[in-house]
Amino acid sequence: MTLEKPLSDRLTRGQRLELYYFLKLNRGLEEKLSNLYRQGKVVGGLYRSLGQEACSVGSAYALERGDIFTPLIRNLGAILVRGGSPHDIFCQYMAKAESPTRGRDLNVHFGWLSPEGSMPSVISMLGDMIPILTGAVMAERMNGRRTVALTWIGDGGTSTGAFHEGLNFACVQKAPLVLIVENNGWAYSTPTSRQTANPQFVDRAKAYGCFGEQVDGNDILAVYDATRRAVQRARQGLGPTLIEALTMRMKGHAEHDDMKYVPQEQVDRWAPRDPILLYENFLLADGVTAADLQEIAGRVDEELITELASAEASPMPPGGSGLTDVYFGSTAEDGTPEIVRQVRKAAGR
Amino acid sequence: MAVLTYLEAIRQAMEQEMTRDPRVFILGEDVGTYGGAFRVTQGFLEKFGPERVVDTPISETGLIGAAIGASLFGMRPIAELQFIDFIACGFNQIVNYAAKSRYRWGGGVPIVIRGPSGAGVHGGPFHSQSPESYFMNVPGLKIVVPATPTDAKGLMIAAIRDPDPVIFLEHKFLYRRLKEDVPEDDYTTPIGEARVVRAGEDVSIITYGAMVHSSLEAAEAVSKEGVSVEVLDLRTLLPMDRARILATAKKTGRVLIVHEATKTGGPGGEIAALIAEHAFLDLDAPIVRVAPPDTPVPYSPPLEEFFLPNATKIAEAIRALAGF
Repeated sequence: MTLEKPLSDRLTRGQRLELYYFLKLNRGLEEKLSNLYRQGKVVGGLYRSLGQEACSVGSAYALERGDIFTPLIRNLGAILVRGGSPHDIFCQYMAKAESPTRGRDLNVHFGWLSPEGSMPSVISMLGDMIPILTGAVMAERMNGRRTVALTWIGDGGTSTGAFHEGLNFACVQKAPLVLIVENNGWAYSTPTSRQTANPQFVDRAKAYGCFGEQVDGNDILAVYDATRRAVQRARQGLGPTLIEALTMRMKGHAEHDDMKYVPQEQVDRWAPRDPILLYENFLLADGVTAADLQEIAGRVDEELITELASAEASPMPPGGSGLTDVYFGSTAEDGTPEIVRQVRKAAGR
Repeated sequence: MAVLTYLEAIRQAMEQEMTRDPRVFILGEDVGTYGGAFRVTQGFLEKFGPERVVDTPISETGLIGAAIGASLFGMRPIAELQFIDFIACGFNQIVNYAAKSRYRWGGGVPIVIRGPSGAGVHGGPFHSQSPESYFMNVPGLKIVVPATPTDAKGLMIAAIRDPDPVIFLEHKFLYRRLKEDVPEDDYTTPIGEARVVRAGEDVSIITYGAMVHSSLEAAEAVSKEGVSVEVLDLRTLLPMDRARILATAKKTGRVLIVHEATKTGGPGGEIAALIAEHAFLDLDAPIVRVAPPDTPVPYSPPLEEFFLPNATKIAEAIRALAGF
């Protein structure tokens, strides 16, 4: 592919340890969420990214100030890298008043707009963010900014019409978009073989006319390198890149799913390829000490305990607080029938 | 003042807004080089360049999605659909993203989605639909349905400046058939405000779009028989002007609702329920709807004529109501 030194060689020791910090924070946060789920404190489902954390952390780390990204359900790590707080994520999962959506939407369905770098909120329908982020970076380009957008799609999500329409339009526009196809083998219970007759997702890059790379999604530096190259090309005006990250979903679709449909042999094969384990081995061989790693793990634990405590202390939103902001500055009627209003009025209530 | 067709009024509104505000741009199929299938954007490419007049692939989800994304980052996109029937191909982007975005996370989506709607031109099932009912049950959207060139211009400017997503339904039957003096300056017609286009005492017709003109024709016909008809042009379907609907219902006590969308689940049901809930004691007769039968819009002229409401059918309903 390239004989140049990988871009990750330029990462400082501090940056490499920061990558480790975010991997640990991603996993630690999800483990805390699993505990909350078992305690019945999570409202709705919980979707783990166990085994896929490098795909989120390594790629988001390749963005720069002002860049745009939208995570999918298994990209919690990207939110953390781009400044999202564990407190906000805990609150989202527990439907709390202090959640960024004030209890209106769940899990990673939140977002922000900021000159530092925006996160337009994802929705449940897969593929939709590809045309939306294409429009976002077209707008940035019209305004003379060289902003890059990054989003992800699963192996299953590539089957949607929105994936096709979005990527096709992005390529026609040479939009500065980086799309990571996170191929974890399973879309809920559906294996890749039932999703597509060509499971080589990187081939799609050629079909649409953009750059394509396939990487080991469990190798955080490989993910970083591929994304960094794609981001640089996009910023130079060379158009989109589709990166296929090969990985494995090590939990069910959500916590309720025991994934009995996944052959045990497949899980066993991937277990030693855990992205955090692989990166620890790399760092230890690179001169980082076990004590350094312990220190980071300890810091992550402390931080999560504090953030969780404040999230648990947040109240639930009052029932009537969901009537505002359907439109700019609006407050909707509460739905009380007219005749009931009249009876209440007559009764002086 | 200059005499403009309904189509020219829409064109002038967009052209003036694009000149005034660099955030406004248009994207759609064949809107650039060709000037749009109905030539609404004729001359735009030459005037504003390819970055602001974007020819897209045949890709309604792609182009509506891109409009949403651009609007989140400060732009004011206008997405043209070649025929409004194709709005179904971008349905998910509209109802799940654009409509809910502000409510969920604060991301306002100031886009206009516009296109030729309505029947009467023998376009058949896929080039004649009135899709307003699909969207009326979606909080977060606004739906605009101008009936005159003056309102078309004022509502288009208002839609472009609106902070929320607006579906702008242009009646293709009116595009070149209606002409009137339209103010040249920039003005807005407020979204959400209906207008009494003919004052009357005996029967109220509540309608919008091309049916405003059929209703006025019917009102004129029955006036010779001594029946005084008030015609309310809704102009906006979402949010609905409840105050003016209730005012006319209370004034005459006899309400006829006319629309081109098919009857079951159409806007008339909502209007009738609103009146029943808030003005039941003011009514002197049952609320009546004149709307097409629950079939797709048929193609052959006699079939389509049978399908659509017209002045004769409306006048018949007025007489029945007046005599109740």
